[in-house]
Amino acid sequence: MALLDVRDLTVVFGRRGQRPVRAVDGVSFSVDSGQVVGLVGESGCGKSVTSLALMGLLPKRAVKVTGSVMFDGMPLLTMDERSMRDLRGRDIAMIFQDPLSSLNPVVSIGTQVTEVLLRHRGLKGEAARKEAANLLDRVGIPDPVRRLKDYPHQLSGGMRQRALIAMAVACRPRLLIADEPTTALDVTIQAQILELLKDLVSGSDTALILITHDLGVVAGICETINVLYAGRVVEATDRRQTFAAPRHPYTVGLLGSIPRLDAVRGEKLTPIRGSVRDVLAWSDGCAFAPRCDRRIDQCLQGPPELVDAATGPPHRFRCVNPVPKDQLDQGAPTLVTEVSP
Amino acid sequence: MSVIVPGPRAAEKIDRLAELAALSEERGGSLWQEAFARLRRNPMAIIGAVIILLFVILAIVGPFLVPYSPTAQTWRDEVSIAREAFPGPRAENLLGVDALGRDFFSRLVIGARQTLLVGVVATLLGFAVGALLGAVAGGAAGLGGRRGAWIDNILMRFTDVLLALPSLLLALSIAAVLGRSLTTLMIAVGVVQIPVFARLLRGSMIAQAHSDYVLAGTALGVRKPKLVLGHIVPNSLGPVIVQATLTLATAIIEAAALSFLGLGNPDPSTPEWGVMLADAQQFLGVRPDWAFYPAAGIIITALGFTLFGEALREALDPKLRK
Repeated sequence: MALLDVRDLTVVFGRRGQRPVRAVDGVSFSVDSGQVVGLVGESGCGKSVTSLALMGLLPKRAVKVTGSVMFDGMPLLTMDERSMRDLRGRDIAMIFQDPLSSLNPVVSIGTQVTEVLLRHRGLKGEAARKEAANLLDRVGIPDPVRRLKDYPHQLSGGMRQRALIAMAVACRPRLLIADEPTTALDVTIQAQILELLKDLVSGSDTALILITHDLGVVAGICETINVLYAGRVVEATDRRQTFAAPRHPYTVGLLGSIPRLDAVRGEKLTPIRGSVRDVLAWSDGCAFAPRCDRRIDQCLQGPPELVDAATGPPHRFRCVNPVPKDQLDQGAPTLVTEVSP
Repeated sequence: MSVIVPGPRAAEKIDRLAELAALSEERGGSLWQEAFARLRRNPMAIIGAVIILLFVILAIVGPFLVPYSPTAQTWRDEVSIAREAFPGPRAENLLGVDALGRDFFSRLVIGARQTLLVGVVATLLGFAVGALLGAVAGGAAGLGGRRGAWIDNILMRFTDVLLALPSLLLALSIAAVLGRSLTTLMIAVGVVQIPVFARLLRGSMIAQAHSDYVLAGTALGVRKPKLVLGHIVPNSLGPVIVQATLTLATAIIEAAALSFLGLGNPDPSTPEWGVMLADAQQFLGVRPDWAFYPAAGIIITALGFTLFGEALREALDPKLRK
């Protein structure tokens, strides 16, 4: 059985006097123990809302979450707040996008780390401090004992993210959700942080959900990749297939808009036309159709289903006119921003 | 072993290095340490701090400083209210003698004590009760869900009632109801400040409740009371502390005003700046200086607290931080 099984997760934001917004629209995926799963998509596709819904961190008012989320056999969506609080930080932990604003500016790093240890592992005083120093050491913060006394603004961006990761892994959670963990960091630090996440997850049975808009980030560590568009999964397959044989035009477009080192000098990037605002309601057809180069009449006749590829490894895509397999060698670019295999 | 005597150039270099070291030390430290470093460089803060310090010293060592007892009517015989004859400044009495034959200078210096006492105690009272109300309301509104919003509503409507009444009128009615005493004066001036502190802390807590670190804390399973007390309140206290320094100025003026209106210390012989102002009223035509000195005292101390408070506000302002 999968560690996390998300079925038809739908999040609807009600707005007073306006049409409610479906931020997440029937998303399904599952995560096994120790697996690294990527959720990829551009801004507004529902990645972060999905993660917040899993954690039960969405505001209660004016937000409707439906579907089912089973974590280790427990239904997360219907769980009461008290058990949910016990679960958070102990079994499921989350790493946020902006490390500076996610750390309390007036509380020292040490206090913030020990707080988690006290809450979930009952560690106090000297034992907690020791364990906190251990944790900081484990996430690669040099001179951890001294760093415990530091305040967030005294650390560099990368160190702050490491400190946040230390808090998240303090109780060896079974599921770690990283929501754009590298967005606020510069490229060299990004690679280090991804390396760290990979190290922490590999060899343990902690599963990782990596949420990002950057295909380069998922290329390095994700085993399975779910591409989201306008609140729905449009393509789901393993890493190899995503990069070598993407079928959904959106995925192909995402790959085409990444700068490549092996590109001919002076070659322009191929952006995806339009913006996320140009979406069609899924009920009317494919939401990506207005921006799609491969649009046919059928795209606008009702919502496309998520279908399995007829042959080859497990590969699901939501497209009535997918990119044919044989065209891929010229069409899809190979990715070179891969961190390290 | 030879001793290296630093030449003028070397000495300069050492000074510069020391300065750099001092600067780098300043960069470290917490929010408050940084604010203090900035405060030290602000001339307004220094002026304010010096005024406050002088005022506090005056209040503490006043009794040892003054030449005469402030209540003894030593020069009663030289004073004649009917003839409006009062000894002016002279070698014996630095600022002359008041209408009842007491040394004016001694009264002025000792008067600082009660003003400070009332100002500080009243502010502390307003701060304590106001911050408590604000913390409960802010915590409830920020993280308490529907029931929290209800609690917040009740508390805030209560502060609205307090705010709706003009502060001096409210203080006046409290002092009138509780009877005339020093404690009453403190309570009256303090209660008036409660809604200000409560609203301020609540507002700044609600702003903090939606910040990322609270969400991150929730995602780590940190309990709500701990989130409120350990994270939200410490981050929200800055503006409240600034308000406290500014309130000290208001409290001093208000305490003087209530004393002036005769609601202060029941013993009229105890010197207090507001009482002295009231006493001077009758003789404003002959001896305007009797009103001038206590008024100047009130204005200068209020100015000192205001200058310092404003400087502190600037020092803590995140927008002005590098």
